[in-house]
Amino acid sequence: MKLKTALLGAACALSFAPAAFADRGTDGEVKFTFPQAVSIMNPFLSSGTKDVYASSLVLEPLAGFDADGNLIPKLVTEIPTVENGGISADLTTITWKLLPDLKWSDGSPVTADDAVFTAAYCMDPAGGCAQLSKFDGVAKVEAVDASTVKVTFSAPKPNPYTAFVGALSPILQKAQFAACQGAAAPTCTDPNNMPIGTGPFKVTGFTVNDTVTLAMNDNYRDPAKPAFASAVIKGGGDAEGSARAVMETGEFDYAWNTQIPPDSQASMTAAGKGEFVVAFGTLVERIEMNMTDPDPALPEGERSTAKHPHPVLSDIKVRTALSKAIDRQILSDVGYGAGGAPTCNVVPAPAAWASDNTGCIAQDMEGAKKLLDEAGWVPGADGIREKDGKKLHILYQSTVNPIRQDFQALIKDWWTELGVDVELKAIDPSVFFGGDAGSPDTFQKFYADVEMYANNSDGTDPETYLSQYQCVNAPSPENQWQGENMNRYCDPAYDAKVKVLSTTVDVAERQKLAKELNDMVTKDSMTVIPLVHRGTLSAHSNTLGGVKINAWDSEMWNVADWFRVK
Amino acid sequence: MLTFTLRRLLLAIPTLFVISLVIFLLVDLAPGSPMSEIPLTVPPEVRKKMIEALGADQPVMVRYVLWLRQFFWVEPATLFDGWFGTNLAGGEQRILSWQSRAPVFTIIGQRIPQTLTVIGTAYLVGVLIALPIGIYSAYRQYSLFDQLGTLFAMIGFSVPTFFSGTLIIIIFAVTLGWFPTKYDTNLAVTDWPSFLQQLRQMAMPVMTLGLANAAVISRYMRSSMLDNMTMDYVRTARAKGMSERVVVLKHVLRNSMIPVVTVIALGIPSIFGGAIITENLFGVNGIGAALIGAIHASDLPMVQTLAFIFAVLIVTFNLIADVLYGLLDPRIRYD
Amino acid sequence: MTETTTAIPKPDSAARAIWAQFRSHKGAVFGLVVLGILILAVLIGPYLWHPEKLTVVEAIKSKNKGPSLKFPLGTDQLGRDMLQRMIQAGKVSLAVGFVAMLIAIVFGTLIGVLAGYYRRLDGPLMRLTDMFLALPLIPLLLVIMMLFRDRTASILGPELGAFTLIVFAIGITSWMQAARIVRGEVLALKEREYVLAARSIGSASRRIITRHILPNVVSPVMVAATLGIAEAIITESVLSFLGLGFPPDFPTWGRLLYDGLSYMQVYPERVIWPGLAISLTVLSVNYIGDGLRDALDPRIRGR
Repeated sequence: MKLKTALLGAACALSFAPAAFADRGTDGEVKFTFPQAVSIMNPFLSSGTKDVYASSLVLEPLAGFDADGNLIPKLVTEIPTVENGGISADLTTITWKLLPDLKWSDGSPVTADDAVFTAAYCMDPAGGCAQLSKFDGVAKVEAVDASTVKVTFSAPKPNPYTAFVGALSPILQKAQFAACQGAAAPTCTDPNNMPIGTGPFKVTGFTVNDTVTLAMNDNYRDPAKPAFASAVIKGGGDAEGSARAVMETGEFDYAWNTQIPPDSQASMTAAGKGEFVVAFGTLVERIEMNMTDPDPALPEGERSTAKHPHPVLSDIKVRTALSKAIDRQILSDVGYGAGGAPTCNVVPAPAAWASDNTGCIAQDMEGAKKLLDEAGWVPGADGIREKDGKKLHILYQSTVNPIRQDFQALIKDWWTELGVDVELKAIDPSVFFGGDAGSPDTFQKFYADVEMYANNSDGTDPETYLSQYQCVNAPSPENQWQGENMNRYCDPAYDAKVKVLSTTVDVAERQKLAKELNDMVTKDSMTVIPLVHRGTLSAHSNTLGGVKINAWDSEMWNVADWFRVK
Repeated sequence: MLTFTLRRLLLAIPTLFVISLVIFLLVDLAPGSPMSEIPLTVPPEVRKKMIEALGADQPVMVRYVLWLRQFFWVEPATLFDGWFGTNLAGGEQRILSWQSRAPVFTIIGQRIPQTLTVIGTAYLVGVLIALPIGIYSAYRQYSLFDQLGTLFAMIGFSVPTFFSGTLIIIIFAVTLGWFPTKYDTNLAVTDWPSFLQQLRQMAMPVMTLGLANAAVISRYMRSSMLDNMTMDYVRTARAKGMSERVVVLKHVLRNSMIPVVTVIALGIPSIFGGAIITENLFGVNGIGAALIGAIHASDLPMVQTLAFIFAVLIVTFNLIADVLYGLLDPRIRYD
Repeated sequence: MTETTTAIPKPDSAARAIWAQFRSHKGAVFGLVVLGILILAVLIGPYLWHPEKLTVVEAIKSKNKGPSLKFPLGTDQLGRDMLQRMIQAGKVSLAVGFVAMLIAIVFGTLIGVLAGYYRRLDGPLMRLTDMFLALPLIPLLLVIMMLFRDRTASILGPELGAFTLIVFAIGITSWMQAARIVRGEVLALKEREYVLAARSIGSASRRIITRHILPNVVSPVMVAATLGIAEAIITESVLSFLGLGFPPDFPTWGRLLYDGLSYMQVYPERVIWPGLAISLTVLSVNYIGDGLRDALDPRIRGR
């Protein structure tokens, strides 16, 4: 509130200030378009980011993240810390204080019971909650009084800002969802499509996988917001179509996820109706090396498992050479333009957590060739390197995606120059990421030598993300190929360091450990070859004001502040 | 003809039964999982729990029998309950989409109107353009009109809709600014301006599809007419002094309709099936867009139900085509 | 003895008459010439046109160029020569288009004739057709590829294996229309006087089908074939789009067209070349089909 008053003062002082702080509902309608249509408005049952972002207009967590990744209170008076007593000294409890007089959009009061219910809803074993990991280690959630929520963890929790924080973990209204717990969760169509929330908008109409219509929430806690009286989210089509509808025809105000080639970005910007904005989170396009042998001649069940180390890529010199041959700057320019930057880290952001590892940025073709010579791979008659009569052949798989196919073509050129015979393969993303244990083409099975895709860490703290590279997480027939350690990287020293990180409280120390872990999988072992730090590209109309793109929370995190530029 | 129709109708039941099983096994066997759109940050244990909550971990036969029961008992009962306020379904679970957790039939109900208006209009426009072009092209074979018609048809079906649709968007929406690029589903036609708005937003998808449909049908019409133009009965009719109009439109046309009827009848189920690419491109939330979305998300209940309804339509319209053959050519007998 | 010298072998004269009639059809000759040029271009093109191999950095500098002497059709977003890619792509697309169309037409005609002629086969075969029409295409293709890709690749090698599987997959999913149309025609034909006459003098069914039925279903089959080529070329691009087609560094016309789509506004020639190639192929096949039909029809030939 104070900040707003200060800004109001500033706005009055500046005569040219736009009508940023108009009264509630005076700016008409704001129109969103998403390339993937919204399926459900309940993020706990959602199948993707599109649903989470749409629901963030309606449902709110206790606290969220601002554009720089800092925690900001949403439904609470302040962020609990050890200093202000909100977090117990032994790090096992966190206590949130709700804002006074908080109301749901139907007018009923928001109480601590709603938060308690939300936790029970998501933690119900039969409910299939998609955000269950947000409640990892939570032993108990209780209402101390009507406006105080206390979360108790089963062990000290260095990062307790998981449950009820961020768009993935909002508060549901107990009264609406009481009958929808457990196995009944998916059958509650109406609540799932039209949840009652505390956000600036409320749902007025929902057509599955097509359109969501919303109206301003009359009970929103700030009486002057939102500036828009209604909102509509139209889904479907493709990134080009969405970008075009904002940038060229001006039919829509905001398009999320408009990943299009840099040339088209430039030509669409030239139309002068809108601009592209980029949010850099932790998304990194990378090549993962298979440390195990994917040879089809091996019996099924032993292919790509720890039983057989990779005959070629087990040699760190080969892996390093492959990395050195790549010019990451060209990749970034060709594929992403302003929406990308070359990187050598799996944890590229936030700055405090990112290692200063930049050794891979400059391409070094001669160095790469020398390394392969040293490793015993010498050019044969046809220019392809060989060792002990075996050709240096690499199967390089990725998903079907125009930018990835461009990357594959460029990297194939460089590796061919290096003397490597490269075979390319592109797989439908729904198969590749589907994780169907019956399909040979999933990224977990990794029946190839190297594979390329993008992955990111959830939120600012990369602990969970880095712990994926532990030995135990390697996909194998024993765990139905469900691990996250695609490379089958296995280093006891790494596992030990992850254990230390999980018990370390001091933030500076955590950051140091995270950087060391990052370096171990990248520059020290060359198991992962990061290529490009990718942002999410969105587009907004020039007539839409107040947009502050955010990679750490929903892109619509501050939609209450958006307004029409007049 | 009546007994033939009845027999075919009876035979259709086991046929559809087998088709439904084949579709179910096929969709189940296809690689992909309902979890493919979930962000990678969701850990494997949580994914496993989500699959269990969907019931997707059950054996395939259990799920098939459940689907049969839901499709043939729960859904009709629910519909009946909705009309008469009874409680036949007894709160049993309806067919729920894995992707959106909404009842599949609710989604279909939301989407049928768009598909029928947009794709149906496009089909009608296509047929209305194609028949005269085909007839006149054949009558004046190798005339300038015929050559132009051929060129038009060739372009129409050698250019895929993803290309012609994008081209139409760039010409009519981006450059000229006449039509909106995204179809507004919530537009209610209540008065003259909203009707015009509806026409404007239908224009581009109808153009795209109409061109493709007209191209195909006009080719079949032309070739079939050409075959019949040289028949002896045409010579006889002309010799008897009938006017060209009667010869062409009555004798030749009627005898040329058999392959054309097949093509048109085969095409009608595809109206309901929607036009996958066109619907997606213009944001028309029809059945086609639902089907492709469900396939990408491995939403088995949705794919299965849509594919089965599609199968019913195909079997029905093929039967109708067979009946029409008999009417067009009395010599064809099935008994 | 004079008899043997004057008698011209009969089949030869028929073939010659057909060729003469075909040649008099301007469109057909035009189609044959264009198709010949296209086939020649993709077959001997690689030997005539081999631009120097640019390094990645050089190529990137010359990306998205319009047509010039160095790059007659311009370059793509990675600076690759479009002419070279069009030639490579054409080889694959033409082969896929023709072979897949042949599979679909032969299979479809066979099913259609059998179903239309033999009443007992009509029911089962048409229900089979219904089933194939009803199966959702994409899961079907996914399953075919998943089940057979590794096996065909191990027998025939990765490239030939992929080719075989792709034409098979396209063929197996596109014969139904032809089958339905042929069946409809046969149902009507078999009640015609000349067929009844042939049957009444005791001709074998096989002979009736080959002599009297098949020649009369040529024209709808020709149309289906023309449509089939275009469809096969486009379906191949859909397969590539799903990651089920050829490896990603293997250009085809359909894929070039699809890739060019996002650059259509900025560099329209990127979609014009592949689009033109597909249209020309379809157009020429269509004219050849027209000419063939006229040439094969004794009533027209006489005129």
